[in-house]
Amino acid sequence: MVGYLVVLLLVLAAAAYWIGRTRAIASVNGDVARLHSLPSQHGMFLALFAAGPALLAILLWSLVTPGFESSIIADRFSSELSGMGIPQVEAFIRDARAMAFGGLVGFADPTKEAAAAVYKSVHTTSTWIIWAVALVLSASGFYWAYSRIAQAYRARHVVERVLRAFLIACSVVAILTTIGIVLSLIFESLRFFQQVPFYKFLFGTHWSPQSAFTGAGAEAGAVNQDIFGMVPLFAGTLLITFIAMLVAAPIGLMAAIYLSDYASKSVRAVAKPVLEILAGIPTVVYGFFAALTVAPYFRGIGESLGLNVASESALAAGVVMGIMIIPFVSSLSDDVINAVPQSLRDGSAGLGATKSETIRKVVLPAALPGIVSAMLLAVSRAIGETMIVVMAAGLAANLTANPLEAVTTVTVQIVTLLVGDQEFDSAKTLAAFALGLVLFCITLTLNIVALRVVQKYREQYD
Amino acid sequence: MNIMTEAGVEQKLSSGTTAPSIKMKGEKVSVHYGEKRALFDVDLDVRENQVTALIGPSGCGKSTFLRCLNRMNDTIDTARVSGKITLDGEDVYDPKIDVVELRARVGMVFQKPNPFPKSIYENVAYGPRIHGLARSKAELDGIVESSLKKAGLFNEVKDRLLESGTGLSGGQQQRLCIARAIAVSPEVILMDEPCSALDPIATARVEELIDELRQNYTIVIVTHSMQQAARVSQRTAMFHLGYLVEEGATDKMFTNPDDKRTQDYITGRFG
Amino acid sequence: MTDAISSFGAVGRPVSIHTDDAAKARLKGRYRTETWFKWLGAGAVALAGLFLVLLLSTIVTQAIPALRQNYLTLPIDLSAAKVDPAKLDAVNYDAIAQEALTARFPDITSRQDKRLLRGLISTGTGVFLRKDIAADPGMLGGTVDYAVPLDDFADLYLKGLLADVGSDEAISTSVTPSKTSGDIDLTFGDDAMLALARGHGATEGENGMLTLTSGASSLLVVFNGGTVKLTALSPGPNGTAVAKGTVIEALDSTAPAASDQAFLRVIDTPEASRKISDKEIVWLDTLKSAGQIESRFNSIFFFTGASREPELAGVWGAVVGSFLTMIVTLAIAFPIGVSAAIYLEEFAPKNRLTTIIEVNINNLAAVPSIVFGLLGLAVFLNFFGMPRSAPVVGGMVLALMTLPIIIIASRASLRAVPPSIREAALGIGASKVQTVFHHVLPLAMPGIMTGTILGMAHALGETAPLLMIGMVAFIVDIPAGFTDPATILPVQIFMWADFPEAGFQQKTSAAILILLVFLVIMNAIAVILRRRFERRW
Repeated sequence: MVGYLVVLLLVLAAAAYWIGRTRAIASVNGDVARLHSLPSQHGMFLALFAAGPALLAILLWSLVTPGFESSIIADRFSSELSGMGIPQVEAFIRDARAMAFGGLVGFADPTKEAAAAVYKSVHTTSTWIIWAVALVLSASGFYWAYSRIAQAYRARHVVERVLRAFLIACSVVAILTTIGIVLSLIFESLRFFQQVPFYKFLFGTHWSPQSAFTGAGAEAGAVNQDIFGMVPLFAGTLLITFIAMLVAAPIGLMAAIYLSDYASKSVRAVAKPVLEILAGIPTVVYGFFAALTVAPYFRGIGESLGLNVASESALAAGVVMGIMIIPFVSSLSDDVINAVPQSLRDGSAGLGATKSETIRKVVLPAALPGIVSAMLLAVSRAIGETMIVVMAAGLAANLTANPLEAVTTVTVQIVTLLVGDQEFDSAKTLAAFALGLVLFCITLTLNIVALRVVQKYREQYD
Repeated sequence: MNIMTEAGVEQKLSSGTTAPSIKMKGEKVSVHYGEKRALFDVDLDVRENQVTALIGPSGCGKSTFLRCLNRMNDTIDTARVSGKITLDGEDVYDPKIDVVELRARVGMVFQKPNPFPKSIYENVAYGPRIHGLARSKAELDGIVESSLKKAGLFNEVKDRLLESGTGLSGGQQQRLCIARAIAVSPEVILMDEPCSALDPIATARVEELIDELRQNYTIVIVTHSMQQAARVSQRTAMFHLGYLVEEGATDKMFTNPDDKRTQDYITGRFG
Repeated sequence: MTDAISSFGAVGRPVSIHTDDAAKARLKGRYRTETWFKWLGAGAVALAGLFLVLLLSTIVTQAIPALRQNYLTLPIDLSAAKVDPAKLDAVNYDAIAQEALTARFPDITSRQDKRLLRGLISTGTGVFLRKDIAADPGMLGGTVDYAVPLDDFADLYLKGLLADVGSDEAISTSVTPSKTSGDIDLTFGDDAMLALARGHGATEGENGMLTLTSGASSLLVVFNGGTVKLTALSPGPNGTAVAKGTVIEALDSTAPAASDQAFLRVIDTPEASRKISDKEIVWLDTLKSAGQIESRFNSIFFFTGASREPELAGVWGAVVGSFLTMIVTLAIAFPIGVSAAIYLEEFAPKNRLTTIIEVNINNLAAVPSIVFGLLGLAVFLNFFGMPRSAPVVGGMVLALMTLPIIIIASRASLRAVPPSIREAALGIGASKVQTVFHHVLPLAMPGIMTGTILGMAHALGETAPLLMIGMVAFIVDIPAGFTDPATILPVQIFMWADFPEAGFQQKTSAAILILLVFLVIMNAIAVILRRRFERRW
C-alpha cells in the first residue's frame, strides 16, 4: 500500500521537475539567460518540495508505526495480557501481527485472532492517515514552491542548500550508528546489571547461563546471579587470541619484510595476490576448515603422541584464526615498514650493513611503534572474530590455559545466547549484550590506542 | 682570498711529500638507469689522503659516479654499471669482492643528515657493532668517543650521548653521520653534498672537519658549490650531462681550466 | 684522541681491519645470518601460500562430488489404476516409486529388508514425480522409465565416499553351495580362503573356526548369479575349507562353481564402521551393473531451497536471500557512503564535528561485525519491530557495516582527483556543488566503484551479524521479497557445517565454492575497473 504511495510521489516529483522547468522558461518568455538559476534547477526545486516532505513523512511513519501499533494492541488487550511476562506479551504481539498480515502462526487462539483483527484495522487506519498526510504535504509543498518560481528566484541556492543538508545527514549516519551501538549495548546491559550485579559479571569465574532458566512470568526475577561470571570467557578469548597471534605475528611480519625487501618482482606478483585472497576468504569458510579439517588433524596428531586433545581444542581455532589474520598483519606491517625512509636504509647500507642487519637493527626499531599498533589492531580483530570460534571452539566455559582443551569465547557465547528462539527479556539474552559491551569497549580501546600510535609514528617521518 | 690560501696549502703539500698514490680508479665507468644512460665512460682517479671534489650542474652524473664507488647503486633495481672501478687495484665490481666489506672500507655520508632514530651513542656504535670491530664495551666506548672527537662533535654532545640523535640540530646531525662513518674506520669517505641541507655556520664547521679528516682518510665529495670545492678539495672533477669534462688540481681548475664549459660553469654562466 | 683510533685506524695496508682474516671470518658469520633471515622470510610467504593451497584444495576436493548426483532409473507404473488423472494431488507418489523398486528385487521378502531397500531412494522422490507429472501429463497412462534421485548414503557410496570396496577377484578353486537362499554352507576346493579371512580381521575361535563379525571386512562371494556374504569359516577335510554364509542375492542353482568362475568381493571398511550395510551395497552394485544408475549434474543442489535431507538440499534459496540482502545493502550503503565521503572531502569545514565524524568512521571500521548484529537486534528488531530473518534487516545491518569501508575508499578516490580540476571548474564560475558533481565525482567514480565492490564482497561473506537477527532460521521456501524470511549463503554454510549427516559435508564445501566464485567475480570486476580506469595525475 505504502509502496504505491512512494511510487506515486516519485511520479509526482518527475512531473514537478518538468512543470518547474517549463514555468521557469515561461517566466522569462524563453530567454533563459535572464534567469538567475537554470531551468533545470527550478525543476529540481519544485520536485524537491513536491515530493521531499512527503517522503520524509513516510520514512518517519514506517519507523514509528510498528511500535505504535504494538502499544495499541498491548493497551487494548491489557486484561488478557496482564498475567504474562514481557517476553510472552512480545510473542503475542508478534503473532498477532503475523496473522494480520496473512502469515501462519504455530498456536492460534481466539484472543490472538481478535488481536490480529484489531491490528489489521489499526494498520489500515494508519495507512490511510499516511496517504492523506503525504498527499497534503505534497500538494502544499508544490503550491508553495510553484508560486516562488520567477526570473530572479535563486532556485539554485535552495537546491544546493538542500543537497548540502542531505550530504551532512549522510555523514551523520556514521555517528548515529555509533550512538546506536553504544546506546543499545548500554541500555540492554543496564537491564542485565539490574538482575546480575556488575562485579559478579566481571569477576565471576563460573559461566553457565543455559541453566539460568528460572521459569516464566513473575518468577523471572529470580535469577541465579552466580552463573554469569565472564572470567572464563575472557580467559578463553585471550587464549585463542594468543595462539592466533603466535601464528600470525611472526609469519605476517616476516612475510611483509620478505616481500618489501627481498622478494623479486615475480615473487611479489604471486605472493601479494595470495595474501589478498587469504584476506578475502569469508570467516565462515575458515570456520569450516577449522572444524572439519584442522581440529580432527590436531586430534589425530595428539592421539599418536599420547595426548588427549579435545575435538574443539583452542589450538585448532587459534591456529586457523592466526592464518586468517596473517594477511592483516602483513599488510599493516608492510605499510609501516615502507614508511621508514629510504635514507635510513641507505645510511645503514653505506656503513656496510647487510640487508638483514639494516632491517633488524635500523628498520624494525624505527618501525617499532607502527608494528606494535599493527599487532594491537590484529589482536582486536582476533578478539572480535566470531565465526571461526563459533564453529571450531567449544561451548563449555573452562577456565584453563591448556591449548589442547576446549575453551569458549565472548563472541561464541553472544551467538549461543542469541541464536534460536529467545525471549528478549531474560537475563540470558541480556547477558549477551553485556558481553557485547565488553567486547566493544576492548576493541575500541585497542583501536584508539593503535590509531594514536600510528598517527604519532607517521608524523615522525612526514 | 680563500682560494689563495687553499692553493697555498696544496702547493706546500705537493712539494713537501711525494706525489700521493692512487686510492681508487675509475675506468670507462658507465651507468644506465633502465633505458636511460646517466654516465658515459668516465675515467677518474681518486688520490690517497686528498679531497677530490666532483662538481657540475644538477643531473650531470656526479652523484651517480660517487654512488658507484661503494656500489650504493646496487640498491636501485634498475641501475646497471659497466666499466671498471678499483680500490687499491682490486675491481670493486668483481664478484669476489664483498659489497659489505667494500662499504666498510668506502664509507658514505649523505646529502640529508640521516641519523638513525636511536641514541647518539648507538648511532656511532652501530657500524663497529655490525662489523664486530670492538671486543669489549670499553673498546666500543673508545671508538665512539674518538669518532665523535674526530667529527668535532664530542664536546657538544658528551653529556647527552644517550639522547636521540634525531634531536640534534642539522649541522650536528650531519657531523654525527660523519662520526658514524668514521667509527667503521673506512679508508675512503664519500660525501654526497653533505652541506646542502645546512646553514652557513654549520657548513663552515663541516668543511673544516673535512679538511682535518684528509690526514687520515681519502675523501670524495660531491658539491654544487664552487666555493666549497675550492675551499676543501685538492683535486676537482667537472661533470656535465653524464660526461667527465675535465679533471685536475683544484687551483688549476679554478684559475685556468682547459675546457670552455668548466670556465663557463665556474664563472656562473650556467648551472 | 689517538688511543682507540691508532689500533683501529686504517694504517696497515694492504690488510686493513676490514680485510684481515678475522674480518673475513666475521663476515662469513654475518652472511650466514643474512641467508638464514632471508629464508625465514621466504618461509613465511611460502607458509601463507601453503595455507591457502591447503584450504582451497580441501574445499575443492570435498565439493566436487556434490556437483553430481546419482539417479536410479525405474519403470514406474503410472497407469490409471495407480494414478487417477482427476485427483493428482491425492496420489501417494512415494509409494508408487517404492513399489517399482521392490518389484525390481522380487527375492526380497522380509519387511526389514524391504524397508532397507526403499531407503535407497530419496524421500523427496514423490515430490519430484508429482511435479514432473504436473508439468507433463503425457507421462500418465502407462509405465514410464523415470529417474529418481538416490538417498544420500546410497549416493555417497556410489561416489566411493562411504566404504572402500576392492575389485572382484576370481577365486582359483571350486565353490559349492548347499542351498540357493537363506543361511547356507559353502565348500571351497582349497583352504586359501582361511588365510584371506585372517588377513581381513576374522576372529579366531575353537578348532580353527574363524568368525567374520561386523568389525571385520566383509567378504562377499559372487557366483551362480547371486551373492553370498561369508560369516564364518573353518578348515574342512582334505585341505578344503567350509564357510557359513548368508545369501544376499539368491543363487540360480546349487551347482558347484568351477575354479575362476566364482568371484570374491572384499569391502575393506568393516560394516560396523560405515553407514551403509552390505545388503545395500550389493543391491546398489547390482543396479549399477544393470546400467540403471546414472550420475547427473546435481541440479537439485543448484536450483532448490534448503532441506534436512542432504540429497534434497539446495543453495538456491540462500543465493536468492544473499542477492536480496546485497541489493538492500547496496541501495543504502552506496548513496549514503558516497554522499558522506563527498561532504567530508569536499564541503566539510575543518571543525570539531568533522574531526569527530572522521575518528568515528575509522573506529567504526574496526568494530567487530557481531556488534553490528547486536545493534540490528536491539534497534531494528526490538525497537522498530521489523521482521526477523528478513533480507531488508540483514541488508540494513550489513549496510551500516559496509558504510565505513565505502566512505574511506570514496574519500581516497576523491582526494586523488587533483585540485587543478576543481580550480578549473571554479574558475569559470561553476558553483562548488556543480564543480563536485560535474567534474570531481565522475573522475573519482571508478575508484569509488572499486571500493564499493570490495566492500560488498566483504559484506557478502559476512555471517556473524546475520545470526543475531535470525537469518539462521531453517527456511525451505525461496524468498520472494525483501521482507520474506530468508537465509543467506554464508549462514547456509554455517548451518550445513553443523548438520551431522555425512552428505552435508560435501554440500557445505560446494556451497563454499559457490560463495567463493561470487567473491572471485566481484574482486575480478574490481581489479578490471581499477586497471581500466586507473589514472595517474
